[in-house]
Amino acid sequence: MQEQEKDLFEYLLRLGDTTCILSHRLSEWCGHAPAIEEDVALINIALDLIGQTRMYLDYAGRIEGAGRDEDALAYLRDAMDYRNLLLVEQPNGDFAQTIMRQFLFDAQHLPLLEALTGSSDAGLAEIAAKAVREVRYHLRHSSQWVIRLGDGTEESHRRIANALERLWRYTGEMFADDDLCRRLADRGVAPLPSSLRDAWLANIDPVLEEATLSRPADGWMQTGGREGHHTEHLGYILAEMQFLPRAYPDARW
Amino acid sequence: MSAVSERADPAAWRAAGVPEEVIAALLRVDDPELPGVNVIDLGIVRDVAMADGRVRVTITPTYSGCPAMKAIEFDILTALATRGFEDAEVVTVLDPPWTTDWITETGHAALRRLGISPPPKAGGRGALFEAHHPACPHCGSANTEEISAFGATSCKSLHRCLACREPFEAFKCH
Repeated sequence: MQEQEKDLFEYLLRLGDTTCILSHRLSEWCGHAPAIEEDVALINIALDLIGQTRMYLDYAGRIEGAGRDEDALAYLRDAMDYRNLLLVEQPNGDFAQTIMRQFLFDAQHLPLLEALTGSSDAGLAEIAAKAVREVRYHLRHSSQWVIRLGDGTEESHRRIANALERLWRYTGEMFADDDLCRRLADRGVAPLPSSLRDAWLANIDPVLEEATLSRPADGWMQTGGREGHHTEHLGYILAEMQFLPRAYPDARW
Repeated sequence: MSAVSERADPAAWRAAGVPEEVIAALLRVDDPELPGVNVIDLGIVRDVAMADGRVRVTITPTYSGCPAMKAIEFDILTALATRGFEDAEVVTVLDPPWTTDWITETGHAALRRLGISPPPKAGGRGALFEAHHPACPHCGSANTEEISAFGATSCKSLHRCLACREPFEAFKCH
């Protein structure tokens, strides 16, 4: 791979690993959500995200040109090679934590994809154009739940407020620039993460206000997912997700 | 971005020399999750072309995670093979992204027959953030409410008619 292809490959892993891990987390709710409609909703969102993952990792495999397809990239890399945001690997916790994790992510995911539809890389732009319409529904859904829980009962408010407090430390990573992002931004491939923060705040502030929640002050932010330094939770996700293809290599339906 | 962002047109395929039997075969291939609505009326078939006697069908997914794409590809190849077009080829493209605006009037009528309210036209971006109140496909009343924006398949949402009290599905604006 040339330098530019290496950069694109690495960036596609960041995108694809993030949607892959969040999709897996959401799929853990299947059969366990508080109501059948919500079960269906979370699994629909998981399905959209796994579809997006396949497009990113398939494209990454073609860019790499080393014979790895989407399955090889998803199933045969270890935690240190995963490039997902720390936010999305956090455990489901209670329903409020799942919803808050989704909301904080969706509110960034939408402006990110809107920017990527104008990417100078045609392959990335067309994936983003496909995904952006789905993510509008995701943000609408998670926003509605944040309002309902925040402005709901004393108990639901307490839980969603706790979730916001607990997950806030993982939001800084979504807006942290690094050398890879700067090179991609210079070439018009991807937006600088820091440039998305205003749009993110514009998505979350009105919702938090309506939900009677206060945005936490920005304290120390936990980062490292993009360098493969993950929280302990990722290993357990991969152990479950990768067990079958590793135990039975080349298994086919 | 490709320039071809409008609805595909079978008349253009005919004009380009695609045999009528090929189009007839495709009109009989339904989306497996929407039996009674074929892949042309849903806007999934983007192009049909002949090259050296081979049929080449270009399709596009409705949603990124649509699990029916492989089945649709298989059904298209089977439908063509049974009519003598055995070495047909199916190609999947993402661009331009599928929109519910590509569903034909025939497709809308077929959805209604399935008890699914068709999507509103010209699905503007703002529409996605406003509550969608489709007409009830059973009694026609506009007095309906949304139960959930997510339904049994990616492309549908769940609603309830406040007039006849029946629940129903609607095709999501996309």
